Amino acid sequence: MSIQKNSDTSEKAEQSAEKREYSVGEILKQRGVSRRDFLKFCTAMTAAMSLPASFAPSVAQALDEVKRPTLVWLNFQDCTGDTEALLRASNPTVGEIILDILSVDYHETIMAAAGHQADEALENTITKYKGKYLCVVEGSISMKDGGVYGCTSGKTHLEIARRVCGSALATIAIGTCAAYGGIAAAVPNPTGAVGVKDAVPGATVINLPGCPCNADNLTATVVHYLVFGKIPAMDSKGRPLFAYGKRIHDNCERRPHFDAGQYVEHWGDDAHRKGFCLYKMGCKGPATFHNCPTQRYNEKTSWPVASGHGCAGCSEPQFWDTMSPLYRRLPNVPGFGIEATADKIGLGLVAGAGAAFAVHGALNALRKDKEPEETKEG
Amino acid sequence: MSESCKFKCYIWELPVRWSHWVNVLSISILALTGFFIGNPVSFGSSASDFTMGWIRFVHFTAAYAFAVSVLSRIIWSLIGNKYAGWKEFFPLLTAPGRERTIKMLRYYMFVDKEVPETVGHNPLATSAYFALFLLYILMILTGFSLYAEHAPGGIMHKSLGFMYSLFSNQGMRLAHHASMWMIFGFIINHIYSAWLMDIKEHGSEISSMFSGYKFTVKKEK
Ligand code: HEM
Ligand code: HEM
Ligand code: SF4
Repeated sequence: MSIQKNSDTSEKAEQSAEKREYSVGEILKQRGVSRRDFLKFCTAMTAAMSLPASFAPSVAQALDEVKRPTLVWLNFQDCTGDTEALLRASNPTVGEIILDILSVDYHETIMAAAGHQADEALENTITKYKGKYLCVVEGSISMKDGGVYGCTSGKTHLEIARRVCGSALATIAIGTCAAYGGIAAAVPNPTGAVGVKDAVPGATVINLPGCPCNADNLTATVVHYLVFGKIPAMDSKGRPLFAYGKRIHDNCERRPHFDAGQYVEHWGDDAHRKGFCLYKMGCKGPATFHNCPTQRYNEKTSWPVASGHGCAGCSEPQFWDTMSPLYRRLPNVPGFGIEATADKIGLGLVAGAGAAFAVHGALNALRKDKEPEETKEG
Repeated sequence: MSESCKFKCYIWELPVRWSHWVNVLSISILALTGFFIGNPVSFGSSASDFTMGWIRFVHFTAAYAFAVSVLSRIIWSLIGNKYAGWKEFFPLLTAPGRERTIKMLRYYMFVDKEVPETVGHNPLATSAYFALFLLYILMILTGFSLYAEHAPGGIMHKSLGFMYSLFSNQGMRLAHHASMWMIFGFIINHIYSAWLMDIKEHGSEISSMFSGYKFTVKKEK
């Protein structure tokens, strides 16, 4: 794969700089990717971008001609889950192709270079390709106390992000942490973690939240940029509409059971074995926007609801705080104990009001009112 | 009680009464179906049933009726008679209003024995109605925002954009759910008071909401 090669030594980096002049199509041919696999890939990407199948030839043509974009990948406060999701694809072709299309000049996890060599590679890329390279950020950025809680090679992540994302063509915030702060930003957020857009407001950021992000959506975002020369249309939370434009609940394969009124009541019950709807088990599909039901994970193998677990809402802002408890439909009421559901509190309120008025009514029945003068009889 | 010392006043115009009873009916339906949406029972016996589907359909149909009714009442508070006007809902802002409110409060607290006579709204109640109308609006806004999520980017979703920045998705559900309980709290209070005033004022309080007429001792100036 290209990454190891071109980040090895500065000598090889120069070689790959020459290679960038080749088109993606030519490089793939060099790599021994068959035309058939390439077209299959283009069709899959067309579908991932929610375009009609008739677009596939245009996608193929555009990829045939376009030059490889340079990309740097930064890891901040993260678990490297998104890198894993990209690299561990069971069927290697798509992952391989995306890595071949891109010239990944810097990726701490997978690059061969280390230490000062690695720093140098990053520095070279961002000066040489200023305003032209893509940046992928994985992980949240600590803001508290000047960002000291997250540092790489002696620089705070905040400093690196400002420098690298600030002069990138566009930054892809991959995973919920990079997009919205994610788990690190959960209450009480000890490091003051935020997503890229909050840390570097001036940067052009495309959010690809998810825990982890679906690698196909990353590929499709890059392909979209290569084919159309611009970043995809996004929603109010900075997510590409092709991947986050529909609600999970509306595309879910268990939806007929929801509409029919067939619900899993306990884990492992008959309804669970039959694949009924997980609404009562706390599924957050009705509140989550993502293409999981159609795109699925790991080469379209499965996704949480298909495997019998409700959606956790991982691709929404502040999901750790707003989507919990995981196995209840509604959040806890702020200010009340953990076990106090909205219904228990409501019932208490109504019972209290009922009791108060019952007492008031009883007292009223006992008291003798003074009638207004004029209405007195006799 | 002799009829002769009573005056018949037309208080509640038709739109006020209609909107009241449409609200009562639609809130009852919305609460019933809403309960089921919040905590459904597995009624479905086959995947081609549509139990939840119909219940949601009824919820949304009643929701539209409710929204139109609330909106009409708000408009009527600008064009209707003085008993229906918006000023009635803020008795605490005027000196006579404050006096009437205190009198009513003293009666409710068992301090005074004399039932204060009210021709239009009970001044204590109108303050509660204002809070209730805020709840109505919250219910309608959160309800339609939840509803619009089936079509992101549509007109309804776009025009309710401010709601999605005010609430998280789940916070919106919780607010919609919890406000139902607050409306229940109001209803208990409200029906009790309507009953109490019907008995104590002898002004045919309850039937006034059907007929529009109240019976009063003093003639309206
Ligand atoms: C006083 C009026 C209303 C009451 C008492 C009421 C009650 C409820 C309740 C209890 C729920 C279940 C919430 C949950 O636990 O998740 C619900 C859901 C919902 N309500 Fe209402 N509601 C009212 C008005 C409205 C209005 C005006 C709309 C506007 C369209 C609306 C739309 C919805 C929607 C979309 C849902 C979620 C349905 C779903 O997730 O499938 N509601 N309502
Ligand atoms: C869902 C239940 C109910 C709600 C939410 C509700 C709400 C209201 C509201 C908002 C008003 C003010 C009317 C206006 O100015 O537009 C009102 C007035 C009134 N309602 Fe209800 N109502 C409910 C049920 C009932 C029932 C069951 C009765 C009869 C027992 C009743 C009797 C009255 C009466 C007599 C008035 C006029 C009293 C006054 O304003 O001083 N209501 N109600
Ligand atoms: S399993 Fe979840 S997403 Fe699927 S239909 Fe049920 S509630 Fe909706």
